[in-house]
Amino acid sequence: MDDAALLQIDNAGRVFGGGRTLFGSKKPAVHAVQDVSFSVRKGETLGVVGESGCGKSTLARMIVGLDAPTGGRIVFDGRDLVAEAGRDLRRLSREVQYVFQDPVASLNPRKTIRTILEAPLIHLLGLDRAAREKRLGELMDAVNLAPEFLDRYPHEFSGGQAQRIGIARALAADPKLIILDEPVSALDVSVQAQVLNILDGLKDRFGLTYIFISHDLSVVESVSDRVAVMYFGRLVEIGPGRTVLSTPRHPYTHLLLQSAPAPGRRALISEDANTELPDPYNPPPGCAFHARCPRGTDICMTKIPPLEAMSGETDHRAACFHPHEAR
Amino acid sequence: MTDASAPARRAAARPDTLRLLLNNTLATAGLAIFALIVLIALAAPLLSLPDPDATAPVDRLLRPLADGHLLGTDALGRDILSRLIWGTRVSLLVGISATLIAAFFGSLIGLVAGYAGGRVDTLLMRGIDMVMAFPYILLALAIVAALGPGLLNALYAIAVVNIPFFARNIRGIALGLSRREFVDAARLSGKSNAQILFLEVLPNVLPVIIITMSTTIGWMILETAGLSFLGLGAQPPQADLGSMLGEGRKILFTAPHVSIIPGLMIFALVMSINLLGDGVRDVLDPRLKSGALTRPVARTAVAKGNMPDDVAPRRDAILDVRDLKTEFRFGGEVFKAVGGVDLHVGRGECLGIVGESGSGKSVSAMSIMGLVPTPPGRIAGGIALLDGENLFTATDERIRQLRGSAVSHVFQDPLSTLHPLFTVGAQLIEAIQAHRPLTKAQARAKAADLLKLVRIPNPAERLKSYPHELSGGMRQRICIAMALANDTKVIIADEPTTALDVTVQAQVLALLDALRREKNTGVLFITHDFGVVSAICDRVAVMYAGKFVETGTTEDVLKAPAHPYTAKLIDCVPVLGQPERRLDAIEGRPPVVNNLPDGCAFAPRCPRAKDDCSEAPIPLTELGENRTVRCLHPLSAEAANG
Repeated sequence: MDDAALLQIDNAGRVFGGGRTLFGSKKPAVHAVQDVSFSVRKGETLGVVGESGCGKSTLARMIVGLDAPTGGRIVFDGRDLVAEAGRDLRRLSREVQYVFQDPVASLNPRKTIRTILEAPLIHLLGLDRAAREKRLGELMDAVNLAPEFLDRYPHEFSGGQAQRIGIARALAADPKLIILDEPVSALDVSVQAQVLNILDGLKDRFGLTYIFISHDLSVVESVSDRVAVMYFGRLVEIGPGRTVLSTPRHPYTHLLLQSAPAPGRRALISEDANTELPDPYNPPPGCAFHARCPRGTDICMTKIPPLEAMSGETDHRAACFHPHEAR
Repeated sequence: MTDASAPARRAAARPDTLRLLLNNTLATAGLAIFALIVLIALAAPLLSLPDPDATAPVDRLLRPLADGHLLGTDALGRDILSRLIWGTRVSLLVGISATLIAAFFGSLIGLVAGYAGGRVDTLLMRGIDMVMAFPYILLALAIVAALGPGLLNALYAIAVVNIPFFARNIRGIALGLSRREFVDAARLSGKSNAQILFLEVLPNVLPVIIITMSTTIGWMILETAGLSFLGLGAQPPQADLGSMLGEGRKILFTAPHVSIIPGLMIFALVMSINLLGDGVRDVLDPRLKSGALTRPVARTAVAKGNMPDDVAPRRDAILDVRDLKTEFRFGGEVFKAVGGVDLHVGRGECLGIVGESGSGKSVSAMSIMGLVPTPPGRIAGGIALLDGENLFTATDERIRQLRGSAVSHVFQDPLSTLHPLFTVGAQLIEAIQAHRPLTKAQARAKAADLLKLVRIPNPAERLKSYPHELSGGMRQRICIAMALANDTKVIIADEPTTALDVTVQAQVLALLDALRREKNTGVLFITHDFGVVSAICDRVAVMYAGKFVETGTTEDVLKAPAHPYTAKLIDCVPVLGQPERRLDAIEGRPPVVNNLPDGCAFAPRCPRAKDDCSEAPIPLTELGENRTVRCLHPLSAEAANG
């Protein structure tokens, strides 16, 4: 375990559904997140990459306490979050905050920006009126918005401005860790760059730690110190951003990188059409990726590969029996 | 980098709520009648009316317009006008109070059930179901029977009977709202459940409560009248509309005015409230506000007069569009979404249109086959030639034939494009049979061929699947198959891969690329992503504020962008493998297209802008072979030299 770890996740899992019906038959269960373990160091940005349905948003919601894991432990700064969130979400929210994917949907359409930003100041910090006014000014300044915007309603803002308000709200309680769940994927590219630059500046200024969730590899690469790749509810690869994205070990990461469109890149690889995500209600035994994997062998069909350090690199781990070689 | 530009004041462009209500003639009439009735009822003590309960057997059953009794008298010689006004007062009071009580308790139950979900929801809603299982009038009668007759008890009965109506309506809305992101955000802001429910959810439910109230209040007055008519509401001698009607019933044939007058009053009151209520609902209901009440015609209107008649079509182009202008009219304002676009697509060629949201790229594409909704949109000028045939002057029937055969569309979200209740096979067969006289069996065989064409394994089985049973990538393959069903000459693909995961996107792009070569089909590909453009497009056009600012082959434009906007747009996207690159954000925001500047629309955000940029419209100038740029100070000169 890292000494400087701000957040430590051990074997966290989340099952939706399950249990039994009134008449005793089993209800179907989906393992949205399974057996995920990693730690986040203070001051770093951990990028989490994966396609839709891979469990990255469920993981994020568990870290901020909006959802409770059905297994495993999440430890923040030495405190067990799972136990704490159930008892006192406010205490956790002072330390860990969240920025939502859809900036407009995350702002109540019937509240002014002032009311929205004041909520954490009142409920989490208990500031009085004068202190709130001062803090509101600081927050608007931090995200480069004019203070007169405070008395407007969310629908009067563009997507980029709304997302900056979302960031200001997350900053309001002066948290240590911010979970950014696809913060720029709903924005136009020119606005995306503005928001990414603001996030970058805030991190240095307030000494923040980020978990940056995205499906866009290039965005994750540009903001992250370390990158974690998720597939079908499990962590398949984690390591320093540059290593993971330049010499991926897991075949899935490899596939992601080859599929990502980039300006000037003509030929995208094409897989067979029948290789898709497995059915979550009926997961295959062994490695979930093996049906799509060009390197799969018999062992992949029976055993789940453990997340192990790759040869020669201690901090680069992948869950694969036949990883790609380091170049 | 303080953002000084004010957020778009969209509210100003829309008429306010009251104005919208007054636009509705029927609702205005309802409002006028209702206001008049309420005013008269309120003013009852001020009008020097005779005592409504004073009997005068001598003057019994006087006809209307009798001396001293404008509306005559009833069987006990009481003045009907006075009783009518005092009775309306009572009926209104009972109806409105019952509505308020039902709205309060019903909404509370609905809010709590919807927000809490799970067991609480089940418990509360099953309770409501039990109340609803009784015929309402029977339940009201039972309540009054238990409590004893009287106006107050009738009021309680009516309120209780109507609680389920509110509870169910509000619960549905609250359930949806409680899963919204702003509720999660409020929770993370430290708000308690009660605070979230009443300060976050309730304000958003309020319009629905008001709508429900406005549509039930008339009903409540009727029910009050009904109970009083049966003798269970107002007790003699107190007048209310229902009891007056009941008393007059016995002498309906000898003195019809005694029952007809309160009957007319009930009719006028309930009718006016219902008309007003419908108007209020139309104004407040967000679903209706977003344009569900405007019924667009089947094809975009084309303004006469601005069309060039005879344009020699380009010989190599299958689709040739010249100077296309499309605009939208909201209120008094004209939004020039597309302000003069020239484009052409050759056989087997893929032209990409790149732009940010609001740049007019989708509207350009939708205009070609007349798919822009009218109202508010219309094509204000230009010409579109499909293989030499003018699409803007063609008959509606001809356009209908061409849609889905010669020109077909693939949209962003395949789940909303495909009909959820039909199998993909049925939808494909329908698309085939709409354009070709094939039997069902032949069409089915053709559909299976199409699925094979888009590399869907086991096509015969897949035809039986419903859209929700397929993955996003599969669904988009089905849409592409449908687009190819009838010997398409041009496919218009509007962000077809934006909603897909990267690995699936790569598959779909590869498929589309292969098919257009195989079938020699032109593709008009709309996207915001230069990476996607590189993967599939031969040529690319960059769009900004309704105009092309740069066109050229994909390679040329990406290697050496000439327009500063293109260059900025490429620079602000992170590139895989270059994590160190500083992202160069574009300052400011795109202009709103109802107020475009004379000169270059990008000038206010452009680092190279000089005075001459904002003086006059800037033409699209040639910049070598197959390359044009709309800029006075393009970047290319330096790029070529340095």
